[in-house]
Amino acid sequence: MFRRLPEAESRPVIPFTFEGRPAEGRAGDSVAAAVLALGELACRETAISRTPRGPYCLMGVCFDCLMEIDGVPNRQACMVPLAPGMRVARQRGPRQPWP
Amino acid sequence: MTLPARDSYDLVVVGAGPAGMGAVAECAGQGISLLWVDEQPSPGGQIHRGLAAPLSALAGAYQRGLALLSAARAAQAEYLPGATVWQIEPGASLGVSVGGASRLVAARRVILATGALERPMPIPGWTLPGVMTVGGAQTLLKAQGLVPSGRVVLVGTGPLLWLFAAQMLAVGARPALILDTTPAGNARRALRHLPGFLASPYLARGLGLLRRVRRAVPVRRGEHPAIRPRPAGGLLIAWESGEAEADLILLHQGVVPHVHPAQAAGCALAWSEAQACFVPVTDAWGESSIPGIAIAGDGAGIAGAEAAEYGGRIAALQALAALGRIDAATRDARAAPLLAARARWLAGRAFLDALFLPKPAQRQAAPEAIACRCEEVSGAALRQAVRQGATGPNQLKAFLRCGMGPCQGRQCALTVVETIAAERGLSPAAIGPLRARNPIKPVTLAEIAAMPVSEADIAAVLGRR
Amino acid sequence: MHGSCALLAIARAAVPWKHPGMTARTCFDAAVIGGGVVGLAIARGLARAGLATAILDEGDVARRASRANFALVWVQSKGLGMPAYGAWTARSAALWPRLAEALQQESGLALALRQNGGYTLCLSEEELEARRAAMMRLHNQPGWQPIPWEVQDHAAIARVMPMLGRDVVGGIYCPLDGDVNSLRLFRALHVAATRHGATYLPERQVERIEPLPAGGFRLHSRQGVLEAARIVLAAGLGNARLAPMVGLQAPVRPQRGQVMVTERTAPFLPHPMVTIRQTDEGSVMIGDSKEEAPPDDRTSPGILAVMAQRAQRMFPLLGRLQVIRSWSGLRVMSPDGFPIYDESAEAPGAFLATCHSGVTLAAAHAELLAPMIAAGRLAPELAPFSARRFDVPAAA
Repeated sequence: MFRRLPEAESRPVIPFTFEGRPAEGRAGDSVAAAVLALGELACRETAISRTPRGPYCLMGVCFDCLMEIDGVPNRQACMVPLAPGMRVARQRGPRQPWP
Repeated sequence: MTLPARDSYDLVVVGAGPAGMGAVAECAGQGISLLWVDEQPSPGGQIHRGLAAPLSALAGAYQRGLALLSAARAAQAEYLPGATVWQIEPGASLGVSVGGASRLVAARRVILATGALERPMPIPGWTLPGVMTVGGAQTLLKAQGLVPSGRVVLVGTGPLLWLFAAQMLAVGARPALILDTTPAGNARRALRHLPGFLASPYLARGLGLLRRVRRAVPVRRGEHPAIRPRPAGGLLIAWESGEAEADLILLHQGVVPHVHPAQAAGCALAWSEAQACFVPVTDAWGESSIPGIAIAGDGAGIAGAEAAEYGGRIAALQALAALGRIDAATRDARAAPLLAARARWLAGRAFLDALFLPKPAQRQAAPEAIACRCEEVSGAALRQAVRQGATGPNQLKAFLRCGMGPCQGRQCALTVVETIAAERGLSPAAIGPLRARNPIKPVTLAEIAAMPVSEADIAAVLGRR
Repeated sequence: MHGSCALLAIARAAVPWKHPGMTARTCFDAAVIGGGVVGLAIARGLARAGLATAILDEGDVARRASRANFALVWVQSKGLGMPAYGAWTARSAALWPRLAEALQQESGLALALRQNGGYTLCLSEEELEARRAAMMRLHNQPGWQPIPWEVQDHAAIARVMPMLGRDVVGGIYCPLDGDVNSLRLFRALHVAATRHGATYLPERQVERIEPLPAGGFRLHSRQGVLEAARIVLAAGLGNARLAPMVGLQAPVRPQRGQVMVTERTAPFLPHPMVTIRQTDEGSVMIGDSKEEAPPDDRTSPGILAVMAQRAQRMFPLLGRLQVIRSWSGLRVMSPDGFPIYDESAEAPGAFLATCHSGVTLAAAHAELLAPMIAAGRLAPELAPFSARRFDVPAAA
C-alpha cells in the first residue's frame, strides 16, 4: 500500500514492536506512518461497534489513528514521533481506565 | 520537549505554517516577548511538511518555505514544537500542553494561524481502512517519503487532488485512476470569475499540472461514489457509470478553515456561501470579534499558502502597533506592499472556489454513510433526528452524540449543518455552527488539575459543603 | 376535557399540514412553553391524556439545562428546609422505573436507568462530619418521611469501588440514588410526546401571553399567534419573564454549574457519585461547581482545575484520562432552591413548573404533575410548592 522512496529508506532505522512483533521504521516517522509502512492499514477497532479503522487525516484532527503506545491507550498515532523500542499495539474498543 | 518558559508574553502565535511563519518573521527585531507554538514536531505546516529535510523530488516547492522559515527563525521567538493549545480564553490566556504537562500563559495578543482541514467527504465506506484523505497521503509523502503503491484511486475534486497526483508522478508512482467528482455545472458557474483568475499566479501552475496528470492517469467522472470492501480483500469503488478495484482510496473535496480554536475562544463566525463553510469574522488586519485575538491564513478563510504568509505578516504588524512597538504610520507603510501582494494571490480565488465547490448533496451525509466518524452516526439517523425536532447541530448533538467524540466535531460539524439545512429547507447560514468547547483538544484530567486556581474557584466548588 | 378554545373545531377541520415541524394549526387544548425535560415530560402526559398539545420551544442555541445536566436521579440530599420536597423527590425516584419502561416502549430508546445506590464522597473528616450533620438535620425535620442512608468508611466504599483514592475518608450512601442517560431521556420525551400527538414548535419564543376574556390564552411570538385553553409555563429561566403575564411569579435566577467529560473507558465505576459518574457509554462525567450571577455559559479554567483535583483524589486513575469536553449549565434556582408548581387564580388554566432537578423529577412530572394539569388543577400535596411561599416577609 505504501513504499518508501529510496532517499527516505536510507534514513536511520528505528526499531519498534507492532502487536508484539519486531518492526522497523525510519527517523522522521510518526507512529501512524511507521505502521502504514508495514502494510497495516487498520490501526484500531472503534469503541462503539468494534469495527476496524485506519489512519485517515494524518494531521491530528480525526482521531481515527488511536493506538496503544508504550502501554498508554488512545494515543493519536499520527502525532507521536516514533522512538526506538516503542511498543505499539492496536487500540481495541474502549480503553481500560488504567494505563 | 519543554513547556513555555514564562507565564506571560506580548504575543503568542499558534501554528507554524505559512501564516504562522509569516507572523513570526514580521516580528523580528521588535523586542517583544514572543511565544510560537505548533502542534507538529517541525515547522512548515501541512503545506511544507518535512521542511527540515525535504525530499529532492519536492525540494523546488520548498524554496519559498525554507526562506520564510529562516526569516521566522531570525525573530528569535520561543519556538515550541509538539505543543498543543487546548484552551483559549477571551482574556487571551492559553493552556499549552507539551509532552503530557501543561502551562497556562497569558498573552497580550494572540495570532491564530491554525490553517485548514480537508472538508469531510461523507460517502458510504469512507471509514474503511485503506481509505484516507489525499492530504493525509501527501503528508506521508512529504514527511516520511512514503508513496502510495498498488492500485491507488484518487476520488474527489479540488486543486490538492491534482497536485498530489502530479507529485506521485514526480516520484515515479502513478495513480490507477482519478475519479473526478466535480459537479457538472461548476465550470459554467466559475466562468464569470475567469477574468480575475487570468491574473492569478496559480493559472500557469495549474494548467501545467493538469496537463501532466491527464496525460498519465485515466480520469473518470462521477458525482456520487460509494466504497465497499471486497470479500477477497481490497476495496471496490463504484460510481454512477462504473466501478474499480483499489488497494488504497484517497479522498478529497477541498479544504475549509480550521475554526475550532477561534470558535472556542468565542470568536464570531459567519457562513461563507462561496466556500460553503463557516469562517471567523475578521477585519482587514485579521482581527476577530474578540479583542486581542487575530486570525491569519487559511484559518480565516481559504486563500492559499502565499496569501496566508502575507496575512500572517499583516496580522503581526497590527499586533506590533497594538503593543506600541510601531506607530500607525509605520504599520500602514509596511503593510501596503503586503496587502497588495495578498490581493494579487487572492485575485483568482473566486474562480477556484466556484470551479471546485462540491454540490450540496456531496456535502451532506448520504443516508447509508457515516456522518460522525467518532460516534458512528449515519446520515439516516441525522435526518430522523431532524424530523424528531432537532433544529440545529447543538440540539442534534444532544440527540445523537454527533460531535461528542474525541475529534470534537471537526470531522462532522459541517456535514451535520448541511444535512440539517437540506432536511429543513434552509440555508446553513440560518442553521448556524456547532458550538466549540474547551478543551480545544483532549487533555488529561491531571493537566487540567494542574492549572492555577483562585480562592473564588475553590469557593465555587467547596462553597456548598 | 377537551378545552374551551372556540376556534379549535374549525382549525382542526380546515387547516392542512404544511411542512414538517411547522403546523398551520393555531388552536390547542394545551400549550406547554418550554421544550426541555420539564416541559416535555408534562407535554407527553397532556398529550397522552388526549389533549391537543403544543410545545413551544426556543431554537438550537437555547440555554438548555436539559442538555447540560449531570443526569443523576438523586434523593439523598434533597429537602432540607422543605420536607415536602424530600418526599416528592423520593416519590419521583420510585416512579422512575415505570417512566423508563414506558419511554422505552414509546420511543424505542433505552434510558440506561441505574438505581443501585449512590455516594457522596468526602475528602476529609471535616467534610464527612458536615455531610453527616446535614443528613441528620434533614432527617430531624418535622414531617420528614425517612429515607434509607448510611455513613460508610473508606474500606466499605473501596470494597465496591476498588479504584477509590486513599484521600477518601468515607461518604454518605443512599440506596435510592441513581442515574440515567439524560440526553436519551431528552430525546425519548421528544419522540414520546409527538407520538402521543403533541405538536412540537421549535424556534417559537413566546414574547407575550394574553389571557382571553372568555378563558384561554393567546400566545404571541414573532412567528405568529397561537391559542390554547390551558398553558403550562415550563420555560426554565424564561419563566421569570412569562409568569407575571398570567398573574404568577417565578423569581428564578441562573446558577452556573460546570461539567467535564472524559474519553470512553471500559466500565469501572459501578455506582454514581454526586460529583462523578460513568455513563453507560463509558465516559466519565465530573461536575462539582455552583456560581451565582454567571456572566455567560462558558467554563472557567480555575474552577475546572479544582473539580479535576478533587476528582483525581477520589479516583487517582482519572488523572490519566483525556478530558474530551467541558461545558456549563445554568441551573434554574428559586430563592430557596426548591421547585415552584403553581396555578393562576387570576387567569385560570395557567400553570407553572420550574425546578433545577428536571431529571430526578421527570417521573413525578410525567406520572403525577401532568395528570393533575390535564385534570385542570394541582393536587393539595403541591400547595407547599406555590411561589406564594416567597410572599412571606423574611423574619430578619
